[in-house]
Amino acid sequence: MATETTDVAGVCVDAGGSALGMPQLCADWMPNQIFWLLVTLIAIYFVMSRIALPRIGAVLAERSGTITNDIAAAEELKNKAAEAEAAYDQALLDARAEAQGIVAAAKAEIQAELDVELQKADAQIAAKTAESEAAINAIRADAVKNVTAVAKDTAKELVAAMGGTADAKTITAAVTARMKG
Amino acid sequence: MAEEKEGGLVFHPLDQFIVKPLFGDGPVHWYTPTNLTLWMAIALLAIVAVFVFGSRGRAVIPTRLQSIGELIYGFIYKMVEDVTGKDGVKYFPYIMTLFLFILFSNYLALIPMSYSPTSMIAVTAILGFGVFFAVTILGFVKNGPAFLGLFWMSDAPAILRPIIAIIEVISYFVRPVSHSIRLAGNIMAGHAVLKVFAGFAALTLVSPVAIFGIVAIYGLEVLVCGIQAYVFTILTCVYLKDALHPAH
Repeated sequence: MATETTDVAGVCVDAGGSALGMPQLCADWMPNQIFWLLVTLIAIYFVMSRIALPRIGAVLAERSGTITNDIAAAEELKNKAAEAEAAYDQALLDARAEAQGIVAAAKAEIQAELDVELQKADAQIAAKTAESEAAINAIRADAVKNVTAVAKDTAKELVAAMGGTADAKTITAAVTARMKG
Repeated sequence: MAEEKEGGLVFHPLDQFIVKPLFGDGPVHWYTPTNLTLWMAIALLAIVAVFVFGSRGRAVIPTRLQSIGELIYGFIYKMVEDVTGKDGVKYFPYIMTLFLFILFSNYLALIPMSYSPTSMIAVTAILGFGVFFAVTILGFVKNGPAFLGLFWMSDAPAILRPIIAIIEVISYFVRPVSHSIRLAGNIMAGHAVLKVFAGFAALTLVSPVAIFGIVAIYGLEVLVCGIQAYVFTILTCVYLKDALHPAH
């Protein structure tokens, strides 16, 4: 059967163009398959090893490098942000402490001024009081003297009116004794 | 060998795998550009589009296409690094080449009327045996005769060691076979099943079921395409780890 159809495509195909047995086992086609397989494999190998694989490998390496760098940069920025936050907190604390100092100083200053003024006022008040007391005492002494004088005169006149004579000494003693009582 | 079944229904589920010359009808020489060449070239162009065109901006913030490329790059790079260790990273471009070829071929093959290079046993055998020989040679170059320690379980009881060694040697030589047949078998079976369901869809009575079946199998194939590319790649990494660190 095979001998009749050798001129169609080989010994493995019958006159109708159908396969005789398994085409896989047709020895006539094997050199062709092997040749073209080797050509294809060598072509794929050269394309891959010369162009595609180095290129993709480089891209992958570049990408992982980029990612590593970016992560490192992000870490650095995060540290910087933490530092800035710490500095800000510190500045806030300092400012607060300073403000408290200023408040305390102002308070002390005001207190000191107040004390001085109070003392001054107290002194003035005391001086005024002493002055007034002295005036009152003077007035009182004056009054006593006047009363005494009036009483002597009155007593002398009374004694004279009653017809007696009285010396000044006796009257004075009598008035003084009365004044004490 | 057209098989006539069910009153005129014709199934040719394997015809989709026939290798045809792109230009004219001639014999397929080893250098003839064929439909397989075309779809391998499309896979290559798709890979270039995603990985070279997509990453042309070298953007730190990637475009959509660039981030697809970066996701695949990161996925395979991490797989190589996790499975083989730091010293396996220099083989990353080779493993990436394998993964991309299988992944793109698998997914492009899901386009209707397309061709699936990874369903051809010759293709996957070259991939599987290529990995096998590369890893074995690398193992001997890196470790010298110590590479044979891979087969000698020093943890096992002394009596069992020769038996285990025989099993290990057999399993080592079966690796490339399973490695390549797993991929080709999965892709071929999926496409053949799709074609069978498509054949049944011509029958009015069962066509709703057949079309639902096509949708279901297509969904399954979308998974299988990714998983097979992943499995092929991670097994390559595991074999590479054995070559670099043969001690158990």
